[in-house]
Order: sequence, then structure tokens, then C-alpha cells
Amino acid sequence: MTAPATELPLQRERARTIFEKGAPGRRAFVCPEWDVPQVGAEALPERFRRKQPPRLPEVSEPEIVRHYVGLSKRNFDLDSGFYPLGSCTMKHNPRLHERVAALPGHARLHPLQDPEKAQGALELMWNLQQALAEISGLSHVSLQPSAGSHGELAGVLLTRAYHESRGERRHKVLAPDTSHGTNPATVTMAGLEVVKVATNPEGGVDLEDLRAKADADVACLMLTNPNTLGLFDPNIAEIAAIVHGVGATLYYDGANLNAVMGLSRPGDMGFDIVHFNLHKSFTQPHGGGGPGSGPIAVSDRIARFLPRPLVVRHEDGAFDLDFDREQSIGRLRGFQGNYGCFVRSYAYICSLGGDGLRDASETAVLNANYLLARLREHDIGDGRSVSDFLPLAYGELCLHEFVLSGGPMKKTLGLKTLDLAKRLLDHGFHPPTVYFPLLVEEALMIEPTETETRETLDAFADAIAEILREAAEEGPEIARNAPYTTPVRRLDEVGAAKNPVIRQAL
Amino acid sequence: MLEAIGVPSIEALFERQIPEGVRLRRPLELPDGRPEQDVYAHLRELARKNVSAEDELSFLGAGMYDHYVPALIDMLMERSEFLTPYTPYQPEISQGGLQVMFEYQTAISELTALPVANASVYEGPSAVAAAGYLAKLHNGGRRFVVSAGLHPHSIETLRTQAHGYGMEVVEVPLGDGVTDPEAWAAAIDGDTSAAIFAQPNFYGAVEDAAALSAAAKEAAKASFGGDGAGFARPGNPVLIAQVDPITLGILAPPGECGVDVAVGEGQSLGNRLDFGGPSFGFFAAREEYLRRMPGRIAGETTDVDGRRGFVLTLQTREQHIRREKATSNICTAQALNALGGVVYLAWLGRRGIVELGELLLARTRYARETLCALDGVQALHTQPVIREFALRLDADVAEVRRRCAAQGVNPGVDLEKITGREEDRGGLLVAITEQRSRADIDRLAEVLGAAVAAVGRGKNTAQRAESVGEAVPA
Repeated sequence: MTAPATELPLQRERARTIFEKGAPGRRAFVCPEWDVPQVGAEALPERFRRKQPPRLPEVSEPEIVRHYVGLSKRNFDLDSGFYPLGSCTMKHNPRLHERVAALPGHARLHPLQDPEKAQGALELMWNLQQALAEISGLSHVSLQPSAGSHGELAGVLLTRAYHESRGERRHKVLAPDTSHGTNPATVTMAGLEVVKVATNPEGGVDLEDLRAKADADVACLMLTNPNTLGLFDPNIAEIAAIVHGVGATLYYDGANLNAVMGLSRPGDMGFDIVHFNLHKSFTQPHGGGGPGSGPIAVSDRIARFLPRPLVVRHEDGAFDLDFDREQSIGRLRGFQGNYGCFVRSYAYICSLGGDGLRDASETAVLNANYLLARLREHDIGDGRSVSDFLPLAYGELCLHEFVLSGGPMKKTLGLKTLDLAKRLLDHGFHPPTVYFPLLVEEALMIEPTETETRETLDAFADAIAEILREAAEEGPEIARNAPYTTPVRRLDEVGAAKNPVIRQAL
Repeated sequence: MLEAIGVPSIEALFERQIPEGVRLRRPLELPDGRPEQDVYAHLRELARKNVSAEDELSFLGAGMYDHYVPALIDMLMERSEFLTPYTPYQPEISQGGLQVMFEYQTAISELTALPVANASVYEGPSAVAAAGYLAKLHNGGRRFVVSAGLHPHSIETLRTQAHGYGMEVVEVPLGDGVTDPEAWAAAIDGDTSAAIFAQPNFYGAVEDAAALSAAAKEAAKASFGGDGAGFARPGNPVLIAQVDPITLGILAPPGECGVDVAVGEGQSLGNRLDFGGPSFGFFAAREEYLRRMPGRIAGETTDVDGRRGFVLTLQTREQHIRREKATSNICTAQALNALGGVVYLAWLGRRGIVELGELLLARTRYARETLCALDGVQALHTQPVIREFALRLDADVAEVRRRCAAQGVNPGVDLEKITGREEDRGGLLVAITEQRSRADIDRLAEVLGAAVAAVGRGKNTAQRAESVGEAVPA
């Protein structure tokens, strides 16, 4: 699996965009019948008219299909192989969900349809709200936010509204240095200031530092639990007490919820606000970067500020949208949220049920610990094991994911985490998340999820060991120049950023 | 597996890591799991309780539209290779998705006649809010001036977010369906961060975009140069337009009308209605805003062997690199929906987008004239319209809509219900897509005419109550 002498077929095919294909006059669209009188300037004055049509492609339908099917083959995807991207929960996406989401009663339902003619949709949303409330232990849910970071924005704005309602303007938000980048970015967008909280030697929140920084200016602590190291903070009760003690709220970043469904609930841990990533724990396919959906659940004291509209059920059992919410922070987007995602995630919850969700989390945690154990024991020759090069950064066990440090690997083998990741591509695996969290040197963050078999986990551990063995025996150059078997090889990202070419010149 | 880990049970993994006090020691109170066919049946049952655009003759619009979605889009969006990957963090194995982003950016840039576009944001109204935030970062001004012709959801979303960073939002009223030019100029001063309007606007009217842009820049300059009340803010105000992409085959593009940032709802371009989402928002701008744009951007580059390739670029704007200094918090956006958008635009093609625009223009004009010929129905404004128009009914709109519904016709959106504006009472917003033929429009005229006649001048409650008595069942 070193450099092939000749280009592979996929590599011989040079990238050409749809704008570089086709020919003048070619087309796929056939205009519907012209059944009304022609119109001229009386309909649209000349000065409002476009002079030159946009230079869109001129291609036939077969060309379009070939082009995009061809492009699809230049993508690695979850249906093709293992995708242990930490904090992203790349679990199997059941095809049933695509089928039910495509039913015309869901797919062609207009968002402004009268509630009495959208009872099925509102019932589905109501049921999903109830399920998310039960899973989180927080009884008030808004499905509106479009993704996790959008849910975070909602959460910070809710916190702000809560404090304002008490006549307080608190301007600081605490977030551990292990937090997802979206947390601090959200805080800034909401007009507040981030204060970093340190991590203790066990990988949890440093309580001393938290106590020192928790004061009357603090609006909120944003926490992921288990955190991005895959560790559940054992001091969560105390953390909640400290935060609530200064009158601040506790925000739960639900990106890692897949570890604890049916096992532990954010509401019971003391959190006031939670966001869910339906595209992580609840199988909305990631789509190569969306769509997602980021519902939020909140405690009683936050409920009156939730975005509007909310789905409600009247006493007669009819479902409705409630706009009449005086203290609401308002809308975060148009209409009612990413309903198509709700359909898929609701189907998932119906398929698994309460016990199934707990099984999913248990298996996710089992798989992560098994993979961790396999990597630890894996002998790469001369008595050394994988963990000599890639030790676990914190702790002994983990929940749904774990973080290895590539520091020793870099030092002894001259192999950076990036090189390991790129060499994994030649082994047919998507690499784990790399260089995150930031406090771990050469971090490698691995989340296998519950839908992978033991055989897959074994094969992945073998591949990691093989790459280390290769570097130990033949030197780091092979991995440093990897990958070799992908449609393109390492790309010049620095050049791309320096002189950005972000559209086709026409 | 437990043996390899060295624990006696799965439970032990949790016992050792999660304090007992926060363990859930009961089953989740959710229905039991069910086999696939039962779940399918349940979801189909829920779908049947909805009246979709397939079940009635629908003229609903106001932000999302029942355009035809070609079959090849379903096929491509359901391909595993597009459906199931994450954001392309490993470009060597994500060239397909990255090239799609690059093509999409090119298409949006062409449509809007603006040089740079990102790879998508969530949807329309939040795109407006994101554009407002970009303006705030760009010039630090303290107020947004928005036309009342902007979609009410956009205004509310902007307000929600602007409240967070303490920005004032000033609304400029309309005159005969379009932004009142004098009020617009009067509202804009040297401290105005962004001036925002919609094209066509929420009431379907085509705005004089070039005039609005020029007036805004002029007003800001005058304010600064005049009595000295304003103070220098480079490049203010940022001119933001929420545009309807399906009109851009025939309508002068924002980039040629002095607009700095064009955003909008992409659903019209090959995405389903889906009761409001997921679709995609698009975001295009002049070059100077590139490094403050939110979201992912794909860029062209080469690999070590010189092959052309694509990567996510300008990532130092983004949350995973810059954290609290990022220009936006967006991570997951709408890549799959944007794929649907670019495939749709390729399918429509250079000629198709013009032909479709002309057809919409002609059918919409036909519909407006036909409906306005009915007794008790007038145009709410006289401005040009392309795919949607507002009427004023001389009758209670809710009651008229109920009567039409009984005939299988959904005549459009009750304006006042969306805008909450008193002056919109009696207003009906009617959307025409290429799926609504002349015969469909004639049918609408027949049913709407009869309904308005029956409900009559039901402007007072007593008459309305009477007419409910004889109303056909809902």
C-alpha cells in the first residue's frame, strides 16, 4: 500500500465541474405549457429586468446524472465504511427514515398549512417533544433550532432573557477549555463574554477554578457531559451547586448525549437548558454537512422564554401552534424548524423505544471501551503496544468516545496525528477527529458508535497497529506522504486559503 | 468484549463512571420499540392526517413554494455517498461533496451577480440574521434599518439575535406595497450598520432595488457629513437583500443593484416543502466581506501530484479554529439541501431559468388580473409581481379560506395572521408556481369569487357569525 507506480483509475479522472461540461443549447428542463397570454414591459418594466441571464450550465439530464453520480464516487461515506469521527456520532442511518420522510403527506406539506389540516405533523412534533423531554429530564421542548450550534444560540439567549426578567444583566459565560468550538463562538454571537474554566488532572472541570470564576456576573456555565474527552464528570452535582449558587444557569451541550440515553439525564444532573443534535444521537443523516436539527429542552423556570411558535395540545386533543407567548425570545428562523429531520428522528425513537435507546447507549459505550482495550493491548512488535505511542489522554475507562494523545508517537516515530489519519485513508477507514480537544497534544478522538460490529472494531485496531509497525520498521516517510489510494492525495490547503478560488471562473 | 475491557458487565462501565445520584434507575417512559413495518404504518398514518399540496389545489407561499422537484434530485440526494458523510474534514476522501459545494457557490454567485458565496446557511430568515451579524462585525454600527417588506419571520429572527448584542432594529413602512423611499432615507444615518430589504418583497412586489441601495448609501453619507451627529464607520451601511432565487432568471440581480450581501431561502430550488425544512439558506457577498462570511466555504487547490482538488478553506473564520473569535458559530449547515439546489439549477439550465421566470411572470399576472376582476377582490398594491401577489378581500379572510377549503382549494395565506399588522386585515397572499396551470387559476377564481360573494361584506363580527352558521364543513 505504498505509492502506486501508476495512477489509479479514480485518480486519472481529473476534476471537471458541471460548468465545464455540456454545450450551448443542451438542456434537461422542459417548460410547462404556455397557457396564458404573453406579457411584456407592462408586467415587469425593463429597468427591473436582468440584462444577461446567469451563466448556469447547459447540460442534458443524462449528463447531470453521470456528473453527480461520478462525484458521489469521490466521497467516502458511512454506508461504505467505518467513520469513527469523535463528537460526531456517525451511527447507521436506517433507510426506513428516508422512506417515511418522503411520503407526500410529510414532504409536500406547506409550512403555513392551517393547523387543523396539519394535525399529523403537529402530532408527530408533539410526540417528539414528549420523547425528548423524557430523555433529557426537562419537560419543555422547542424543536425550532436548525442545528446544535443554533440550539446553543437559543440556549444563551434564553439564559439572557431569564436574567433580564430578574432585572439582571450578566455578561460572562463559563466554558471549559475542552468545550466544542461552537460554545465560545455562540457566546460571542449572543453578545456575551467567554471565560475559560480549566480542566483538572482527571479530565473534569477544575472545581477550584470554577469556584474562583463563578461570580454574580456569570450568566451560565456551558458543559458537555460526558465531555469531549469521553469522560463523565463525577463532580457534576457539585458543579451544579456552584453554578446555581451564584444564580447562573447550567447549559448542556447535547452533542455527546449518545453516551447516556436512558442511563442518566441532564435534567437530573441539574442542567437548566439542553440542546439535542438530531443528526447525531437520533440518526438524521449528516448529508455531508447538514441538514441537522437542534431542539432544546428547558426547566420550568426557563420555559416561558422559549422560541415561538410552540406545538401545544388542546384539551380536546387537537394540536396547535402557540404564538401567543409574551416573554418568548422570539423566532430563531422561519416556520417551525427542520420538520423532515423530526420525521426521521421520531421514526428512530419509535423503532427503538425506551429500552432500545438505552441499549444503543450501552452498546456505544461498550464499543468505545472495547476499541480502547484492543488498542491498548495491541502488540506492534518488539514488545511495544499501541498505547506506548498513543496513550489514553485521561482516565482509564471512557463513555462513548475516548481521546488518545499522539505526542509519544510523534516523539518516538516521527509520526504526527495528521500522518496517522492520512495513512488510515489507505486502509479504507475514515480517520477519527484530530487535534481536538485542544488541550491534548496531537489529539485523536475516537467515537465508534453502537452500530459497528466487533469485527469492524478489530479491523480498525489492526490498521492503527499496522501503521505504527510500518513507521517503526520502515520509517515515517510512508505515512507522511499518505494517502496514496484516494481520488486525490494531500491537498495544498495553505495555498487555497492564501489565494482563495471559491467559484468557477466563467 | 467485556473480558477484553476487564469489566464484569456493561453496567459496571457505568457504575464506575457515573455517580449513583445522577443515574436513571427506571426505564424511560416511552412506548416500546416496534418493527420496521409498524413504524412505517404509524408514520404513514400521521402523514394521512395532513393535507399536503398533493391533496388540494394550493396557492400557499409566503416563503416556501410548491415548485416541481425533478426526480433526479431525489435520486441524487438519497445516494449514500451524499446522504451519509459528515462535513468534509478529510478532503482526500470528500472530493465529491467539496466539488458540489464549489459548484453550488459558483451557481449562487452567478445567480446573484456577487463574486463570493458560501456553501450554505440554515435557511432564509436566519440567513438575514447572519448577514446582519456580518454587518455588525464589519462596521460596528448600532442599528439595523429594515423594510417592512422583509418577511416577518426574517424581521423577527433578526430582532431575536440583535437583542443579544444590543442592536436596535428600526422598521421602515411601505407605500403602495413597496418600501417608502423617503422613510427609508430618513431612517438611515451614519450609525446604521445595515439596511435590509427583500426582493421581491413579502407582499410579492418588485422593489426598486437600485434606488433603495443608492438612497441608503447617500443617506448615511449625508448624515455623517451633515450636522456631525453621526460618526465615521467604514463601509456603512451594508446593503442586505433577501432575494427569491427563482426570480433571478428575469429580475435584475442584487449584485447589479448596489447590494453588498444577498441572502435568501433556497427551498424554491429543488427542495421539498417538508412543512418548513430542511431546505437551505444561501449567502453571497462582495469580495470585501469574504473573510467575515459565516459557514463553510470550498476552495480550489491542487494535490501533491498536481491534480485539481477542493478543500474547505478560509477556516480561520470558523468556530472549530477560532472559537470565541469566530465570525459565526455555524457548524452543521445544509450541504445536502444545497446539493439539491445546484442540481436543480443545472437541470433548469441557462435557458430554463429564464423560461421558468417568464412563465411565472405571465401566469402570475394572469392570476392577478383574473382575481382582481372578481367582485369584492382588489389588488393590495399596484407594483409589478413575479410569482406571488397580495389581494384585499371585501370579506372575512378566514371565512373565505374555509369555504374555499371545502371546495378543495387553498387560496393562499391570510396576510394578517403572518404579519400581525392591522392594515393587512382582509389581505390574502397568493403564490403561483409552474405547477398551477391556467385551468387551476380559473378554478381558484371560480371558488374564491363564490366564497367572497357568499361571505359578502362580512367586515363586522355579527355578519361573520351568521355566515359561519351556513358554512360548509371544514
